[in-house]
Amino acid sequence: MLADALLLQLGYNATLVAFGATALGLAAGATGAFLFLRKRSLVSDAVSHATLPGLALAFLIMVAFGGDGRSLLGLMAGSAVSAATGLWCVSALTRHTRVPEDAAIGAVLSVFFGFGVVLLTVIQSVPSGRQAGLEGFLLGSTAGMLFTDAVIIALGGIVVLLAVAVLRRPLTIVAFDPGFGQTQGLRVARLDMALMLLVMAVTVVGLKIVGLILIVAMLIIPAVTARFWTNRASVVVILAGLFGGLAGYVGAATSASAPDLPTGPIIVLTSFVFFALSMAFAPERGVLAALMRHRRFERLVHLRQGLLAMAQGQHVYESRTRRLLRRQGFMRPDGVPTATGKNEAARTLRDEARWQVVRASVNLSDLAMRDDGLTPTEDVLTADQIAEIDRRLGPPEAV
Amino acid sequence: MGAEFVALSLPPMLIGTLAALACALPGNFLVLRRQSLVGDAISHVVLTGIVVAFLITGQIAAWPMMLGAAAAAVVAVTLIEVIQRLGRVDAGAAMGVTFTAMFAFGVLLLEQSDTSGVHLDVEHALYGNLESLIWLDAVGWSSLLDPAALAGLPHELTRMAIVFALTLAFILVLWRPLVLSTFDEDYARALGVPVRALGLGLVIVAAITAVAAFDAVGSIIVIAMFICPPAAARLMTNSLVHQVLWSLAFATLSALLGYILAGYGPLWVGLPNTVSAAGMIASVSGLILAICAVAAPRRRG
Repeated sequence: MLADALLLQLGYNATLVAFGATALGLAAGATGAFLFLRKRSLVSDAVSHATLPGLALAFLIMVAFGGDGRSLLGLMAGSAVSAATGLWCVSALTRHTRVPEDAAIGAVLSVFFGFGVVLLTVIQSVPSGRQAGLEGFLLGSTAGMLFTDAVIIALGGIVVLLAVAVLRRPLTIVAFDPGFGQTQGLRVARLDMALMLLVMAVTVVGLKIVGLILIVAMLIIPAVTARFWTNRASVVVILAGLFGGLAGYVGAATSASAPDLPTGPIIVLTSFVFFALSMAFAPERGVLAALMRHRRFERLVHLRQGLLAMAQGQHVYESRTRRLLRRQGFMRPDGVPTATGKNEAARTLRDEARWQVVRASVNLSDLAMRDDGLTPTEDVLTADQIAEIDRRLGPPEAV
Repeated sequence: MGAEFVALSLPPMLIGTLAALACALPGNFLVLRRQSLVGDAISHVVLTGIVVAFLITGQIAAWPMMLGAAAAAVVAVTLIEVIQRLGRVDAGAAMGVTFTAMFAFGVLLLEQSDTSGVHLDVEHALYGNLESLIWLDAVGWSSLLDPAALAGLPHELTRMAIVFALTLAFILVLWRPLVLSTFDEDYARALGVPVRALGLGLVIVAAITAVAAFDAVGSIIVIAMFICPPAAARLMTNSLVHQVLWSLAFATLSALLGYILAGYGPLWVGLPNTVSAAGMIASVSGLILAICAVAAPRRRG
């Protein structure tokens, strides 16, 4: 069943939703990457919650003019207006008062949402309001999605993607170093505004599929996921888009494969699975990689300290050090150093002696900064410098 | 008027006010510590905790649900911390990842399980149902002195009162260390204040408040009351004591005015039905913040 769903064999509606969700995921992921790099991910939460009153007002206005109030384009226009108002409130509060940005975000999201809920109850009481189905926009509802809806969503996603592609360089500069951007003649405030407009566009486009409460997940999670895999901003943006698009596609297909699998939450959870896997297994930045790095570091410290102890003819008591020394063939099970162990111990002792010379020397004391108790002198000094030090130290002692 | 008011309007107004006060109190410190959105994150994940508790116990009872919600809050706070540290991600993004994923999981569980027989759905979680918390045993103001009738008060009222008292006690007892660690963390640490434990304690108090208030009034009020009254109060004064007092006044005003506007406002403009009290309370608190942002004496800092 799931295989059928992933191959888009589950019928017209499921295919429409899958295409829409993929386009949305691509756009949201790429846009969210800039938001994440700018460290303003949660502004999107205010934007998305602020769409609710506009959605309700648009419905009421369309009904007042004799429509049935369910035109997606009309609802999207209304939500865009109120999202922009919310955004303006956040920036006005942060700029003109001493309310910090996070409080401004929280205030706007709760107040706009609260007002939206008031309007929803008003809609409930007007005659045509009971079937409005506006609640579907809270968590998304893809049942009975129209062809035109899917086209609007896919087109919206593509337009956002194109805009991101055009603005990628200035947006990256502003995300990392707004001051530098200013010296390069970039209008930072205007670019921030452009980014927010893109976020707003993603939110409005995503209302139908994912809903306004969870759309932030599509902006935030893929970007964080992508960050685990690379240190390059351009790659983060591309990967975030791909992760987002994939989550949209797999999530939408999965939700079509069985009953009671709501599309929005499934897309978000798919995205979260990608995130969890990346956090666990990504090379370099992943948790597993960090754990292995830590173990390797510990092993180096144990070995070095163990060898130094052996070099000074001391008994090694620490059990992990003994185990490591034995495994390297430096020590016999009864604790007596082997021949290779003695060699290695002598080498380590010699290295330690060289470091002492480096620390005492006037010209080399800068390099002594790099003595972390693990780095061999060979990694820091030239062969000539080492020869000079060795000449001063005299012939190495045997262990 | 009297009997109807006492039975239908007084309990929800009291519960709403207590919930607003209980949220605004720790909210003062959350806003000052740049942790305003902790309340937002917690109130999203509370839904998941409640659904899990329902699935385990199979019933809608107060204590299992509170425990489930509290557990979810703890899981969320831990997860945010873990993602932030292990993933080296900024706090906002870590929060965004955590609460959306947990909320999505809660919604999925809700859809998957058979909750048709019980009153548990996403809308209820968001808006609560303040209007339904009525006092059936009341016959008039005299019922306030009648022990038998008082026993029939909605249990949310007792719970909110206890939680408010708890929050108040926490703030009063730990006032000095809290203030110190909020304004100058290094200095507080130097004086031996357990800064990290205190910060965690504040988040836990906020979580308890959010969980208790959530059940009675829904998460919109919780988020709005954590932030709007303290933020508005911050624009009124430079003294923290005065700020806390202002925030309590604003919270009370929002709750009462919001409830009245929701219950009676539509009748005044000729609409037949009432509107959501939770939504209106949040709206009023936003209006107060807006007025303060334009006209309050200390708005620029």
